[in-house]
Amino acid sequence: MAYGPKVIDHYENPRNVGSFGTTAEVKERKDIGVGVVGAPECGDVMQLQIKVDPSGRIEDARFKCFGCGSAIASSSLATEWLKGKTVDEGMGIKNTDIVEELSLPPVKIHCSVLAEDAIRTAINDYRKKNGIAAPEKAAAH
Amino acid sequence: MLKLPLYFDHAATTPCDPRVVEAMLPYFTEKFGNAGSRNHKFGWEAEKAIDTAREQCAALIGATPREIVFTSGSTEANNLALKGAAEMYKRKPAGQTGRGHIITAMHEHKAVLDPCKRLAKEGFDVTFLQPPPDGVITAQMVKEALRDDTILVSIMWANNELGTINEVPEIGKLIREYRKTKGRDDIVFHTDATQWVGKMPTNVERDGVDLLSWSAHKIYGPKGVGALYVRRKNPRVRLVAQLEGGGQERGFRSGTHNITGIVGLGKACEICLNEMDAEGVRLVALRKKLESTLIKALPETGVNGHAERRLPHITNISFGYVEGEGMMMAIKDIACSSGSACTSASLEPSYVLKSLGVGDEMAHSSLRLSMGRWTTDEQIDFVIASITKAVEKLRKLSPLWDMHLEGIDISKIEWQAH
Repeated sequence: MAYGPKVIDHYENPRNVGSFGTTAEVKERKDIGVGVVGAPECGDVMQLQIKVDPSGRIEDARFKCFGCGSAIASSSLATEWLKGKTVDEGMGIKNTDIVEELSLPPVKIHCSVLAEDAIRTAINDYRKKNGIAAPEKAAAH
Repeated sequence: MLKLPLYFDHAATTPCDPRVVEAMLPYFTEKFGNAGSRNHKFGWEAEKAIDTAREQCAALIGATPREIVFTSGSTEANNLALKGAAEMYKRKPAGQTGRGHIITAMHEHKAVLDPCKRLAKEGFDVTFLQPPPDGVITAQMVKEALRDDTILVSIMWANNELGTINEVPEIGKLIREYRKTKGRDDIVFHTDATQWVGKMPTNVERDGVDLLSWSAHKIYGPKGVGALYVRRKNPRVRLVAQLEGGGQERGFRSGTHNITGIVGLGKACEICLNEMDAEGVRLVALRKKLESTLIKALPETGVNGHAERRLPHITNISFGYVEGEGMMMAIKDIACSSGSACTSASLEPSYVLKSLGVGDEMAHSSLRLSMGRWTTDEQIDFVIASITKAVEKLRKLSPLWDMHLEGIDISKIEWQAH
């Protein structure tokens, strides 16, 4: 697979790798939303964690990824984009934006779908922990 | 100084040995004749070259020259063997079921599986043996599958993805005994020996093989040429030709001879016959060093398939919790292949690893490294260092590795597959 320079850059220098604690620890924390999507038997698993300040702004994001180069790049890019956004704004990130930014080939579009899925799952986890209902438009997706 | 990238994909194809190229060159230009031209020097020269190549091929596998049929490679040889034998030994006419029983295995190459699937559609009954976790098809497994209407058994000598070696001589013996006790001569044993021939000593008489396919490009010869061995006595194997025309190759395979390719195949066979013993010893040592060092350095790492019954030059290793394509990106100076879905057009992980019952996640985590005539100890050291670094880097990125360290059993998690 010949990748574009942006995928290679994210793969070589992944941004925001890590987590805010073990699986058990982050489960207890209300300021952290966790999204783990994909499956090992499918060959990719993304774990995205967001740390949200009291005003609802994502102050930090971390990822880990078991997957191919574009899965790693897509999740790395997602953390970059999430930082500084409100959770509502974060919901607006679309997989097509990731495809465009990274110039993903058609066969790798599922990596961007997975990243979008990870973002939504993490935000929904944060909302659920804090009893925040999803706004209408996001829920309609 | 190492010249990068390093080539560790000799099971996919090999470079031509310069001695092979040298032997081929005159046949492109001054000795370009058609062996079918019986009335002039150009034709005679070509015919003589083909006779020599046929002898070189026969010598490598312990056959007689008249038993060698030149083809465009293993894929064509397999197609001719399987379809040609099925058509010849069929029990009922086309369009009917119960035309005959065929035994093969689930982890054969597609060039055997797909012709077998075609035959199944045409009314033959095909048994696809499931390999055990070590990947080795035994004579006992074939014996249990044999039926009174079995006409064809096709079991590869060594597996291309794993490097594991099936019990081919034992199966050959089984089929011989079966013929004798049942008084049948209408059952034949084919082996796709593409990865085996030229690497390991082969004798079709001793090993009881009736049909054997191989390719030049896996043994340091050119692409686009190969051969099928067709037994001429005890019993005489008959095939229905699949390519019809000028009647070359005793009618088994029409088409003007690929003279340069055939000369190259012959030369490649001759070199292998002379050098395989020493080459095998050297490659086994390199492979064992590669396997044992990586397994020692990296936890949750293991060789796929039988540990001992292996070709000298192929290894297949799974590095737990690391995805194969991601890993190949990290070791971009090493050309190799992976069982990961992401490296295949179908986005399915290796059907070979799956057939062994290796979990899908281990298939996604596998690398096949295959060495060759010019692989050096220095290269092995580079590969070990690169892979170790890559696995450590990617495990730091892997959520599954964290879960493993936290003692979470990832097989017990309900994953939302997509």
